[in-house]
Amino acid sequence: MTTGNRRRNEERPTWIRRHLRWHRIRQPGTLSPDPWHFALFASGMDMAEPTVERRVSASRTALSAVSQRTKQRPITGPAPFIMLLAQSGKCQGFGDRVPKILRTNQNENESRRLSFRMGLAAVLLAAVFAWTANARQEPNEPQEKRNVVREFFEKNDIEYHGFYEARVGTRLLDDPHQSKDLSIGEARYQFDLFSARDWGDIKVKGDAYGDFVEEQAVFDLREANVFLRPTDSVDLKLGRQVLTWGTGDLIFINDVFPKDWVSFFIGRDTEYLKAPSDAVKVSWFSDAANLDVVYTPEFDSDRYITGDRLSYYNPILGRRAGEDDELMISRRREFFEEDETAIRLYRNVRSYELALYGYWGYWKSPAGFNETLTRATFPELYVYGASVRGTLGKGIANAEIGYYDSIDDRSGDDPLVNNSQMRYLVGYTQEIARDFTAGVQYYVEQMLDYDDYENSLFPGSPTQDEFRHVTTLRLTKLLMNQNLMLSLFTYYSPSDEDVYMRPMANYKASDQLMYEVGANVFFGDERHTFFNQFHDNTNVYAAVRYSF
Amino acid sequence: MFDKVILATMTVLLTLSLAGAGSARAAETPDVQTIVEKANFVAYYQGDDGRSTVRMVITNKQGQTRERLFNIVRKDVQDGGDQNYFVYFQRPADVRRMSYMVRKHVGGKDDDRWLYMPSLDLVKRIAAGDKRTSFVGSDFLYEDVSGRGLDEDIHELVETTDALYVVKNTPKKPETVEFSYYNVSIDRKNFVPMKMEFYDKTGALYRTIESKKVEEIQGFPTVTVSVVQDLKSGSKTEMTFSDVKYNIGVGDIFEERYLRRPPQEVTR
Repeated sequence: MTTGNRRRNEERPTWIRRHLRWHRIRQPGTLSPDPWHFALFASGMDMAEPTVERRVSASRTALSAVSQRTKQRPITGPAPFIMLLAQSGKCQGFGDRVPKILRTNQNENESRRLSFRMGLAAVLLAAVFAWTANARQEPNEPQEKRNVVREFFEKNDIEYHGFYEARVGTRLLDDPHQSKDLSIGEARYQFDLFSARDWGDIKVKGDAYGDFVEEQAVFDLREANVFLRPTDSVDLKLGRQVLTWGTGDLIFINDVFPKDWVSFFIGRDTEYLKAPSDAVKVSWFSDAANLDVVYTPEFDSDRYITGDRLSYYNPILGRRAGEDDELMISRRREFFEEDETAIRLYRNVRSYELALYGYWGYWKSPAGFNETLTRATFPELYVYGASVRGTLGKGIANAEIGYYDSIDDRSGDDPLVNNSQMRYLVGYTQEIARDFTAGVQYYVEQMLDYDDYENSLFPGSPTQDEFRHVTTLRLTKLLMNQNLMLSLFTYYSPSDEDVYMRPMANYKASDQLMYEVGANVFFGDERHTFFNQFHDNTNVYAAVRYSF
Repeated sequence: MFDKVILATMTVLLTLSLAGAGSARAAETPDVQTIVEKANFVAYYQGDDGRSTVRMVITNKQGQTRERLFNIVRKDVQDGGDQNYFVYFQRPADVRRMSYMVRKHVGGKDDDRWLYMPSLDLVKRIAAGDKRTSFVGSDFLYEDVSGRGLDEDIHELVETTDALYVVKNTPKKPETVEFSYYNVSIDRKNFVPMKMEFYDKTGALYRTIESKKVEEIQGFPTVTVSVVQDLKSGSKTEMTFSDVKYNIGVGDIFEERYLRRPPQEVTR
């Protein structure tokens, strides 16, 4: 429970408190998918004398890049808060499960040389992969290759697949808040074990990778679940699983399952945008409608931006912040107490897919602060929404709506917690030429109780708009017998006047070997807007993957 | 179930009687509409439903090969009319365990298509596309696999040999396709399309599809090896059908539930 909650509860009679507690247990969990909203949570937080801070930070910006690169952080913001932020230690942007080795205080040049060497190593590794894979891909050679590990698993009726991948990327801009130019550098092995038994399916999928940016070895268990079909009308999936529903294309309203925004922004495969949940999914099917219920006993947050690897705009500091100003987070890890429930009720009417959604849990990325401003929090959130998708003309149209009920700030006057929102989305996708598809979306996010928000702002704080408008355009072209895919996904916000572009080219040199290059480009007018706050993180990447 | 047995029996009888008629060589030549309808039925509508494991080997001009392996399950909504397809991919690795569902509509309405990507747990609706687009990167086109509407072409019987009817098909809307016409050679005995030859806008032959092997399965003449050649690019694709079964009693599996987790008749 957040401090804010506790405070409020203490003002209430005991029986109400008890009721609330009961209520919380019965209707747990809420979430919201916002990488986006990271900046929002702090937007009311610029405490004392913001104008002075601005001046200080502005004058620092004018200093030479060299001095900015040094590890002496500019001292801005009200001292106590900054001190706390500075002492926040290492928050883990990768969720709780990934072990993390604290970086030692290397001097910066060393660190840069190291990242260069690591990058070089990754490139060499990639070349080796490519070479070995090419060597294996003799023309007309039978596709079946002897694989001892696979043979072992197949003896036990287990399918074994996976891939090896090397991926490297670099920042294109000087980021004074990050010590490394390397934006991504990793050698990855993914295994995927699947076994269909008479009573159900078992699936285990995991990634082991060496991360040259974080300088650590990581194991990320992506799936470990059992699927059962106990009766004709019930499906069950238990364990760690990836979950998706809703109609948006890289815009999420009712899909309140965890996302990995770090992976998304640094150029990992799109697969990694979805972070796994440890949950139970129960589905009932009937002629009238189908119902999915997902229960997550322990809150699974997004893997959000903390500053550790990607810089962001920190309104408390009044500037962009990076690895030296990592967010300190107040986590929720009370099993069965800080839990989440998501439901979807859906059916098809002719070729139209209709769905209603509900979610009871927490904002998925930090959306509030505790009272002392020392830690970012995940306030309570309920979401109610609906969607429709179907054919319209030559293409597919979709519409989705969601009401984000920010339980901890229902009146909208708490500057420490996100206000409630309405979210609206319409989209349309059509093939406009052979193997060339275009998709457009229009998304609006409306802050509710806007007057209360404005009145509760600390003087001098940057003000968020009541309506945030975002358009997206996806262009996908397939060439060379569909072996080469060129794609461009662009977010453009006319209200924030900023842009996020994701160009990508993917070439399948053979059934096993894939090459990919791409970029994440952020730009805009103002330093604090949603996409442009990531401007300095603009990066390009290249990858080679060998699948088996 | 009983209906299905009757229908299957009738279909078998029909097939047998057709074969008999063919061997007798006495019957007068049916009109062209009857020929194309029967050929269309044999190619796409035999039985109430069916399943098969399909292996495609795509060989480019340089001799490099790519492979596609998938299971396909079909169920007719109406004989000669709407159909549902379910495709479950096994190879290559990057599409493994993806499932693809088509509700095919005849008579001008676009097909409904869905794709499920297990790594994202994402059910994606696919916009109806140009049907003259490559199917899974092979030399087969979407339309070769799902069938081209009979009413989209004008059919003429141009030749009758001892073994074959040769039907010339000219599109009613030539601007929507890349060919000017195509000839289909149809086996007189069982109405299996044995060869298709596509001619480009200059009148040159540029693409052929041949039935290399035809087997009788549960009484249904079934093409089990088919080869398409792109004479311009020098690329070819061989499609082999195995584990073909008809009238297996496919249930109502063309739903999101089964897209996310296909039933065993699809995965095995």
